[in-house]
Amino acid sequence: MNVMAPFVATSSNATTNGPGNLMALSVTGLTKRYKSGFMLDDITFDLPAGYIMGLIGPNGAGKSTLIRLILNMTRRDAGSIDVFGLDAIADEETVKGRIGVVFDANCFIDAWTVGKTGRAMRDMYSAWDAARFDDCLRRFGLDRSTRVGALSRGMQMRLMLAVALSHHARLLILDEPTAGLDVLARDDLMDLLRDYVADCEAGVLFSTHITADLERSADLITYITGGRLYYTGPKDEFEDSFRIVRGGPDDLTDGLVALALGIRRYDTGFDALVRAERAGALAAASRTGGHVLVVEPAGIDDIVRLTNMPADIEEGWQS
Amino acid sequence: MRLVISSVSGEPMYEQIKQQIRSAVLSGELKPGEALPSLRKLARELRISVLTVTRAYNELADEGVVQNIQGKGTFVMDKGSESMKRQLADRARAALADAAAAAKAADIPLIDLMGMLEETYQQE
Repeated sequence: MNVMAPFVATSSNATTNGPGNLMALSVTGLTKRYKSGFMLDDITFDLPAGYIMGLIGPNGAGKSTLIRLILNMTRRDAGSIDVFGLDAIADEETVKGRIGVVFDANCFIDAWTVGKTGRAMRDMYSAWDAARFDDCLRRFGLDRSTRVGALSRGMQMRLMLAVALSHHARLLILDEPTAGLDVLARDDLMDLLRDYVADCEAGVLFSTHITADLERSADLITYITGGRLYYTGPKDEFEDSFRIVRGGPDDLTDGLVALALGIRRYDTGFDALVRAERAGALAAASRTGGHVLVVEPAGIDDIVRLTNMPADIEEGWQS
Repeated sequence: MRLVISSVSGEPMYEQIKQQIRSAVLSGELKPGEALPSLRKLARELRISVLTVTRAYNELADEGVVQNIQGKGTFVMDKGSESMKRQLADRARAALADAAAAAKAADIPLIDLMGMLEETYQQE
């Protein structure tokens, strides 16, 4: 039984009020095999301009591999990647100029000052906009004379963002940008990203484990687990598609196990993830039986947790 | 306009937005022809997804409460619109049901209640 069957919604009808069909990023059939046996398998998703997409999945799911493939840091085995309609390999130079990257670790030279870093970027990007860079530094509260190594984690992230914004990148890719940031810095970043996509000319893809940031700011979710695509589409539909069912140990019937996409079992009961359309019937059936099952909305964390606890495996490491 | 969105109520955010805009339109706080806040401005201020606001606005447009004008924004429909009338009629009927229940509880006969209604109606 394949409990991890991909469940993919299209975002086309949800964006009718939006900017049209300009795709910031189109990934089709992307596949990468490693000698270790790990495989990123046939990943397909679209990120329209004007939207923020969260990339989620447990550690080892393939998020970083996916980002490295989009950035052409790793050779792909199959599939295509288009950035604003240009192929990421055939038009590599143009595409690189259009992508801005923010990694979870500082990627500039510690001994350089903020100002020197900016000057170095002028040679790297043909579309470098020094006035825009100055503007970003002011806005982000970055001082030109500070050494990169002396900046806090949040300030280093802002510097990477300032660089990305100053070469007029239209696709921003952020790998764990909010890791290690306090709540104020995270709010600030999310506001910046929202402003960045506001003119519907740019898109943002960011990977994160901090689901609070997704709950508040992501428009779209792409969820990969075990190297496979589980869902891509509007965030609201992702959460609306599932329910959590909770009950005591005796309430876990074979029928429920068969329905469940994942189950966490413990001594006093269980949490099961089911498709939303099945949840109503389950709750009704439970009312005629002895105990009443608790049926609740599922959050992003619940969905990630339980889709990684297959229903047909009785003993997990958790028990 | 006032929009208070709870993240723990269990009610989906787009439903909360719809409900509050609907009642602002019905109460007259939002006037016919008045623009709703832009999708992106509202999403930014409430720190929620643009698609959540889009869904709320689109569903309100389907109900005939508001109207999306491509490139201009979202505007409150004229009160003359059929669906708005229907909703206002539903609201009147609900208020009358309350009035009827109160009258019955107080043993007020129908004919007297109708007199009271007429009197109130003329005053408005």
